[in-house]
Amino acid sequence: MSAAPIDLPRWADTALVPLVSVAAALVVAGLVVLSIGESPLEATALLLKGSLGSLEGLGFTLYYTTNFIFTGLAVAVAFHAGLFNIGGEGQATIAGIFAALACLWLAPLPGILLVPLAILAAAAGGALWAFIPGYLQATRGSHVVITTIMFNFIAATLIVYLLVEVMGKAGSMQPETPDFPKQAVLTPIHELLGAFGLKLPSTPLNTAFLLALASLVAVWALIYRSRLGYAIRTVGANPRAAAYAGISPARIIMVAMAISGALAGGLAVNEAMGVQHRLVLDFTAGYGFVGIAVALMGRGHPVGVGLAALLFGVLYQGGAELSFDKPTITRDMVVVIGGIVILFAGALDGLFRRLVASVLAVGRGG
Amino acid sequence: MTSPHPAIELSGISKAFGPVKANKDVSLSVAAGSIHGIVGENGAGKSTLMSILYGFYEADAGEIQVCGQARRIRSSSDAIAAGIGMVHQHFMLVEPLSVVENVVLGAEGGALLKRGIGKARAELARLSQEYGLAIDPDAIVGELSVGLQQRVEILKALYRGAQVLILDEPTAVLTPAEADQLFELLRALKAQGKTVILITHKLREIMAVTDRVSVMRRGEMVAHVETERTSPAELAEAMVGRRVLLRVEKSPRQRGAPVLEAAGLTVIDERGCETLRDASLTLHEGEIVGIAGVAGNGQSELLDVLAGLTQPARGVIRLGGQILNAADRNPANLRKLGLMHIPEDRLRTGLVTAFAAAENAILGYHDDPAFGRGPFLSPTLVEQHARTGMQDYDVRPVDPALKTAKFSGGNQQKIVLAREIERAPKVLLVGQPTRGVDIGAIEFIHRRLIALRDQGVAILLVSVELEEVMALSDRILALCGGQITGEREAVATDERDLGLLMAGVSERAA
Repeated sequence: MSAAPIDLPRWADTALVPLVSVAAALVVAGLVVLSIGESPLEATALLLKGSLGSLEGLGFTLYYTTNFIFTGLAVAVAFHAGLFNIGGEGQATIAGIFAALACLWLAPLPGILLVPLAILAAAAGGALWAFIPGYLQATRGSHVVITTIMFNFIAATLIVYLLVEVMGKAGSMQPETPDFPKQAVLTPIHELLGAFGLKLPSTPLNTAFLLALASLVAVWALIYRSRLGYAIRTVGANPRAAAYAGISPARIIMVAMAISGALAGGLAVNEAMGVQHRLVLDFTAGYGFVGIAVALMGRGHPVGVGLAALLFGVLYQGGAELSFDKPTITRDMVVVIGGIVILFAGALDGLFRRLVASVLAVGRGG
Repeated sequence: MTSPHPAIELSGISKAFGPVKANKDVSLSVAAGSIHGIVGENGAGKSTLMSILYGFYEADAGEIQVCGQARRIRSSSDAIAAGIGMVHQHFMLVEPLSVVENVVLGAEGGALLKRGIGKARAELARLSQEYGLAIDPDAIVGELSVGLQQRVEILKALYRGAQVLILDEPTAVLTPAEADQLFELLRALKAQGKTVILITHKLREIMAVTDRVSVMRRGEMVAHVETERTSPAELAEAMVGRRVLLRVEKSPRQRGAPVLEAAGLTVIDERGCETLRDASLTLHEGEIVGIAGVAGNGQSELLDVLAGLTQPARGVIRLGGQILNAADRNPANLRKLGLMHIPEDRLRTGLVTAFAAAENAILGYHDDPAFGRGPFLSPTLVEQHARTGMQDYDVRPVDPALKTAKFSGGNQQKIVLAREIERAPKVLLVGQPTRGVDIGAIEFIHRRLIALRDQGVAILLVSVELEEVMALSDRILALCGGQITGEREAVATDERDLGLLMAGVSERAA
């Protein structure tokens, strides 16, 4: 007899459980900090100050948040179709290659054409790289978890080859493309607001952030308001019922994977077109994997994904500041803290659901 | 061999799941060495009560006494230690293992199997002899018939030293003959001093085999009677709290033109077995054709292939005189052509339980332009549609936003029914329309089906309830081993006649 699914009111499921998870993660992370002889309270204060305490820190935080929104949404959309897409890294890599090719080949075009085309190219590249595992899953039953991981490796090797042998800058030893044309670069937010007379410190935050916010709304509309989203959720929740309803699970798997990959492509848009202004090696830097935690924590709902992405943005930026201010808390330590949050928010989720459920039951006097 | 104490004495048992009170102050006394029936509608709390007795749930209040001793039963191992065994409706067997391996499962007796198996083999031989339970200890469970698998379950419980045996809807999967054998076995167990608690909703069985019967309604015990002193009608009334029609009143059929014709349908499953062999049938407008058969004899395959969920290896299907090609035979297209399907298993196939009721009310019809504009669905339109359907079909509560899993079985079934019937089908395939549905809802569903037939819809009815097939159908086909073994006009047959057809006794031989 398997354990009965724990039923929670919606507010508890979507808000309370993640909050309890984060709180528990912070307590454990605090113990880790304590164990190396530093004050957890001071560390927390530094972390928050570094990420949210200044306009510069906030800019960096939102820049990281942008990446997490894209990769979190990518994982979330696949989740709704019952798929575990852990190939965000590879999909973003291919998206970066597509975007770079568009930016470099279509260099004569004006920005108003070039930017949308390059973004579309990125989306198409990511979609292609996720579609293939989706196709294999739908027609051959090859599990996407396995194939998307393998596709990460293929993409990682492919980009090395391309940057070294094909797309690299002439006469340079660096594995990177030449700079993109000026009009292909996404406007930094500080320049954008500077035009309105607002003076902001220079940060990597660029208009890709707005694209990320738009993606949150678009994914919400897709999943909860569209016929396709209905079909995706049906396949994810009950493939038999989907087949009965005349929805082809195979088709939906391919479509959902393609959408998922296109969203992962947003990571390449932010990094290559918004920050680096060229394609460099390893620009995905693990954001694709963290997207899994973001999606888990956000319960696959765009609002949750947005909030979880912000949390991880705070952790990344605050953590960098923290390791700068406190040499004893190294970069690796910050990775440990991030890992603890992922562990609690993702893997140990069930633990707190049970706890929250029994606390609520007591609260109701039941 | 009757002991002075009752075998089981429950007093004041209460159990709530959130706001739902599944058991309210329930008391029950089961005499040692008797067969005690518990009847009640679905959701009346029978299963909850037995789950409390078997340690799946702990009661919020109340006391359990086993043979006069108060016991706390917090897990199934506590229950087994107290001498209580349970045979579940869905068997808890490991199919690739042998009978003896299944019997020792959970009581292996040490890290090495050999000794435990040897002991079990001897014990099995003894039990088999004592109760006339002939079974090969080395047979692979997955290759046994359902009736024999049930025996393995019973042996398992006896092997653990069960003095009290709880059987949950044991005859749901059996042929009438197998059910009779089971009753023989239960009587033999009783003769040896064992106590049997039989949970069922089939009043015929209660009358046939039990000594006493307790009736539950809405979480409460409403009657305890000696079986001899009651009647099915009285029990049915106690179950629902008012008189119900066990027979369905229907006018003579007005049979029209043939609508759905199938010829030589053969289905081969992924293991290469022929699950449906050369089946031919014709559905006419305005008639209900029932399929009689023990579960697993090709009914599901027949429904699936007609509904376009699987493709036949051979055979022709015509709808309204037109031959359907493989490309036409998909659920979406068949719905457009007026062939609707109420699937056998609403939870696994007919509904997405994680969805709100409103979302389930458009399952299969989410592309209908009536529910939104362009690629989008309008929550308001979807909800209005569901509300209307729920009101028409008396779904309670009328809350389109409520998660479907939170409705009772009967109300879930009505959501499916509303969805498929409101679209004015030409052909309606119905699988197990009243499985897990309370009596009140059964009546409602039966009346709706009859009304549809009177409007000229062709209905194919598959049900494991022979009584239901006989009450509703105009014509009955019997299925056995994937083959149609006979056809009868409903008025010209009886349970025994159909039982023979269902058992595959060929018409010529009979």
